[in-house]
Amino acid sequence: MLSFSFRYARGAFELVADADVDGGVTGICGPSGSGKSTLLALLAGLLRPRVGSLRIGDEQLVDTARDIFVPAWDRHFGLVFQDGQLFPHLSVRRNLLYGHDRLPASARRFELEAVLQLLEIGHLLDRRPTLLSGGERQRVALGRALLYSPRLLLLDEPLSALDERLKQQILPFLKRVKEETRIPMLYVTHTRSEVDYLADRVLTMAQGKLS
Amino acid sequence: MLLSPEEWDALWLSAKVASCDTMVCLPFGIALSWLLERSRLPGKFLVDALVQLPMVLPPVVPGYLLLLLLGTHGPLGGWLLAHFGIVIAFTWKGAALASAVMAFPLMVQPIRLAFRLIDARLEKAATTLGAHPWQVFLTITLPLALPGVIAGSVLCFSRGLGEFGATMAFVGNIPGETRTLPLAIYSLTHVPNGDAAALRLSLLSIGLAIAALLISHWIGRRAERVLGYADHRDHHAEL
Repeated sequence: MLSFSFRYARGAFELVADADVDGGVTGICGPSGSGKSTLLALLAGLLRPRVGSLRIGDEQLVDTARDIFVPAWDRHFGLVFQDGQLFPHLSVRRNLLYGHDRLPASARRFELEAVLQLLEIGHLLDRRPTLLSGGERQRVALGRALLYSPRLLLLDEPLSALDERLKQQILPFLKRVKEETRIPMLYVTHTRSEVDYLADRVLTMAQGKLS
Repeated sequence: MLLSPEEWDALWLSAKVASCDTMVCLPFGIALSWLLERSRLPGKFLVDALVQLPMVLPPVVPGYLLLLLLGTHGPLGGWLLAHFGIVIAFTWKGAALASAVMAFPLMVQPIRLAFRLIDARLEKAATTLGAHPWQVFLTITLPLALPGVIAGSVLCFSRGLGEFGATMAFVGNIPGETRTLPLAIYSLTHVPNGDAAALRLSLLSIGLAIAALLISHWIGRRAERVLGYADHRDHHAEL
C-alpha cells in the first residue's frame, strides 16, 4: 500500500529509511533524536529527501530520479503533531473544518457530526484552543486530521505531551479511529506500550536507520 | 474652534499625509517583512540595511535624494511628468512619499518580529491540511501577525505626522500644500507673536501622539483577544 525509500542528511545526522507497509497501524518506535519526526516530515512532504521515492497505492508522490515531488498540500495525508498545533486564532469548530472545507464534497469521507461523536468533542466547538486541556487538544487535532479525509494518517508522538492518566483516556479513541475509519496509520512514538496496544506491526528506528 | 484656518489646514494635511504614507507602506511592509524573515534570498542583508538607512541618516539626505530623483528635472520625476503629467515634488503627494520613506523602517520592524514569533509548525499543520502556501499566509500567518501589523501601522502613521526634515528638503514648506503640523510649528516660531499658536499646535501634536498610542494599545489588546493570546493570559491569571 505504502512504500518508501529515503536518504536524507542534515549536518552530521543521516537518515536511511526503506519500507513497505500495508494498511492498518504501523508503529515506528525509537528513542528521541533517532529521526522519527524527520521520517514523518519526509512522508508528509514537509522535507525533501536527497535521494528517495514514495508511493501510495498506484500513485508516485516522490521520485528524485525522475524529479517527482508532490508538495505537502497535494498529498492528502493527515499529520497529528505532538502538541496538537491547533490554530490559536480560530475556534475549535474552525480548526476542525480547516482541511474539510478545502475538500470538494465528493472527497469528504467524514462529516463533522460523526467525528464529534467518535471523539466526544461536541461540547468544545465554540471554545478557543488555548482554553482546552492537553487531552482535549489532542482529540481536536485528531478530529481536524480525520475531517480532511486523509488517505494516510501520520501521528507524531500524539500522546507524549500528556500524563499517564490522560494517555490511558486517549488511547481507546485512537483504537476507535483505527477500527471505525480504516485509514492506514503510521504511529511514531518512543513508548513501546502505545504501539503494542494499537499497532499491527512495529518498525524500529535507531540512529537514523529504520528496520 | 481654537484653531485658525491655516492651522486647521496644517492639521488636515498632516492627517492626510500620514494616512497615505501608512497605506502606501502597508502592503510593501508586509511583503518585505515576510521576505526578510522567511525567504533565503541572497543579499538579504543588503536589503535590510537599505530599509533601515533612513533611520540613521540625517532626514534631509533622503529628502534631497528624493528631490534629485523625482524633481521635475530628475530622471524619474521628468519621466512621470512627460508621460503622465504627474508632479510629485513640492506637492502633498511628495510629502506623503517623504514620510513613507522615513516611516517605512518603523513599520517593518514590528511586522518582522511578529512573523518571527509565529510557530512555523502551525504553518506546516495548515499545509498538511491541503492549504497552498498563499492560503497558509492569508489564513494563518497574517492573522497571527496582526498585532505586529497594527503596531507597525501606528508607528508609521505617527512618524508620518511628525516628519520634518525629508519633507522640508523634498517638498518645501508651502501653506495648504506641504505645510504639515511640524512645518507649521517651525514657521510659527519664526514670525513675531507666533508663540501662542506654536504652543497650541505643539499641544495638539502631543494630544495626537497620545491618542495614537492609546488607540494602538486598545486595538492591540483586542487583536490579542481575537487571536486567543489574551485568553491564555487571563486563564493563567485565574489559576
